[in-house]
Amino acid sequence: MISARVSQLRSAYPLVVVGAGPAGMAAALGATEAGSAPVLMIDREPEPGGILNQCIHTGFGLHHFKEELTGPEYAQRYLESLLEHDIDISTDSDVVDVDRERRVTLMSPDHGVRTISAGAVLLCMGARERTRGAIRIPGTRPAGVMTAGTAQKLVNLLGYLPGRRAVILGSGDIGLIMARRLTLEGVEVCGVFEIMPHPNGLSRNIVQCLHDFDIPLHLSTTVVEIHGSDRVERVTVAPVDEETWPCLDKAWDIACDTLLVSIGLIPENELSLTLGLRIDPLTQGPEVDSTMHTSREGVFAAGNVVHIHDIVDYVSQEALLAGRSAAAFVSRRMPPADNIRLLPGDNVAYCVPQTISTDREHTIYLRVRHPLEESLLRLGDVYERKLRYVVPGEMVSLKLRPGVLDRFHGDALRIDILPREED
Amino acid sequence: MPAAIDDHAFTHYLCIGCPLGCRLEVEEGTEHDIIEIRGFACQKGKEFAEREHTDPRRMLATTVGIEGARWPRLPVKTRTEIPKDLVLDLCRSLREVTARAPVRLGEVVVANALDTGVDIVATRDMPEA
Ligand SMILES: Cc1cc2nc3c(=O)[nH]c(=O)nc-3n(C[C@H](O)[C@H](O)[C@H](O)COP(=O)(O)OP(=O)(O)OC[C@H]3O[C@@H](n4cnc5c(N)ncnc54)[C@H](O)[C@@H]3O)c2cc1C
Ligand code: SF4
Repeated sequence: MISARVSQLRSAYPLVVVGAGPAGMAAALGATEAGSAPVLMIDREPEPGGILNQCIHTGFGLHHFKEELTGPEYAQRYLESLLEHDIDISTDSDVVDVDRERRVTLMSPDHGVRTISAGAVLLCMGARERTRGAIRIPGTRPAGVMTAGTAQKLVNLLGYLPGRRAVILGSGDIGLIMARRLTLEGVEVCGVFEIMPHPNGLSRNIVQCLHDFDIPLHLSTTVVEIHGSDRVERVTVAPVDEETWPCLDKAWDIACDTLLVSIGLIPENELSLTLGLRIDPLTQGPEVDSTMHTSREGVFAAGNVVHIHDIVDYVSQEALLAGRSAAAFVSRRMPPADNIRLLPGDNVAYCVPQTISTDREHTIYLRVRHPLEESLLRLGDVYERKLRYVVPGEMVSLKLRPGVLDRFHGDALRIDILPREED
Repeated sequence: MPAAIDDHAFTHYLCIGCPLGCRLEVEEGTEHDIIEIRGFACQKGKEFAEREHTDPRRMLATTVGIEGARWPRLPVKTRTEIPKDLVLDLCRSLREVTARAPVRLGEVVVANALDTGVDIVATRDMPEA
């Protein structure tokens, strides 16, 4: 990957982007294309690309580049178009603070501790994985228990295998991708265990990563105990009842030396919290309006830091918008404030953005709580759309043309996803 | 779902063509001829069902060793899909391969892997460290 390190940092930039994953890169591109330059993009890793650098599998960019790329290819393509613009990239640099005056403090071996003033700040810090601690599996604390993302980094970037016989807890995409990856590298994967009655990852990953290699998927089943003194020796798994309580009388043991935990991502919001941003309890990310503006003036956010995405193309799309909006903020051309709040209703876990306006086109992203076959998306009493299958693992995106809200005069719109009779 | 016609076989596939994951159905007649394919939302899904039913293929993405670079592994992929049955064998044979930095994205790392006619190419630039 092209590492574009800056030797000299300016003391002020119209725009500073925190994080150089797909969100950060698209935000920087959106901003420079909208005439805001130079942009400074900062990342704590040695090269831009974010999580894409370790996602060596194919499945990225179908919407954006109209072909199926691997993570590193998507990152490199994006970075190449970015480097045609006036942009400084500071890698190996940890952003330790963003204050309310939009001063960004970074720490790096090249620059030491530096504080930079920004006209607008774009938060693109991505997400972190939930760990074993978050779900409290009882048992000993041996080596061999790690998150699936850590294993992915070990195998794909550093070239180590985490063990010889693995059990995977959680059927999110990272867990499924790692089930295949370990199998390809000769590790025996005993099974994927999912506490919910439905898989969490994309259905294409169930097919390509599990079915293709005959890896069993146990739904409504979880790991209840980890055994082993220095190293994992076995785990106990048990089916769960409707309230997800384990039925210990039906438990069984599996000999293994590795347990990969893939139980979801949480937006990485340490900086958002120090900034005092309003956090949506449903997404666990900052609340954003239809321009991706957060609750603090001049601070924008996009990507996994706002809500967890399963498709990188949506990340890029959302972040391009955030970048353009930040450029508009810097040149004082922000559109009028939103006038409608969106309310997640039946079977809607969350929606982003949290507010919209009646005078512009919007893309609304949302997630359902439960899978449904034939369903109906209803927006108050102004709009309806038939959906085919909806599942929690796959984000629903809804494009709203301004005309749709012409006859709406309230200030809150409820979104429901309802079952539909087959027709 | 149509009622099963006695002598017709119905096979179901999940389309992996894109993240929508359409559920596909292939109806096969008595002569193993494909009578109808249903459930696709686009042409790609129809082609996938046909291919999956007769000659399933997959992309393989994995890594090979690399010397003289920042990272010890270089991500690679098959340039096009290979028969599904060859995926594990190919991956095994690639474990023996070591490349040398610098490598450019798209560069051929192994030509005509396992005589499939398909090249293994690098999926990123890997400059010298
Ligand atoms: C295992 C896995 C498989 C996936 N598979 C697919 C797929 O097949 N197809 C698809 O379309 N999508 C896939 N996705 C989803 C998609 O890749 C992600 O949604 C996307 O990468 C999120 O982008 P981001 O820029 O928000 O976050 P990230 O890529 O996580 O980037 C965030 C960046 O911010 C940096 N950062 C964070 N905090 C700081 C700080 N304080 N200072 C400096 N830098 C900081 C991090 O170092 C990181 O580089 C997958 C995701 C994962 C995890
Ligand atoms: S049929 Fe088309 S839309 Fe449906 S999953 Fe396949 S490629 Fe995607």
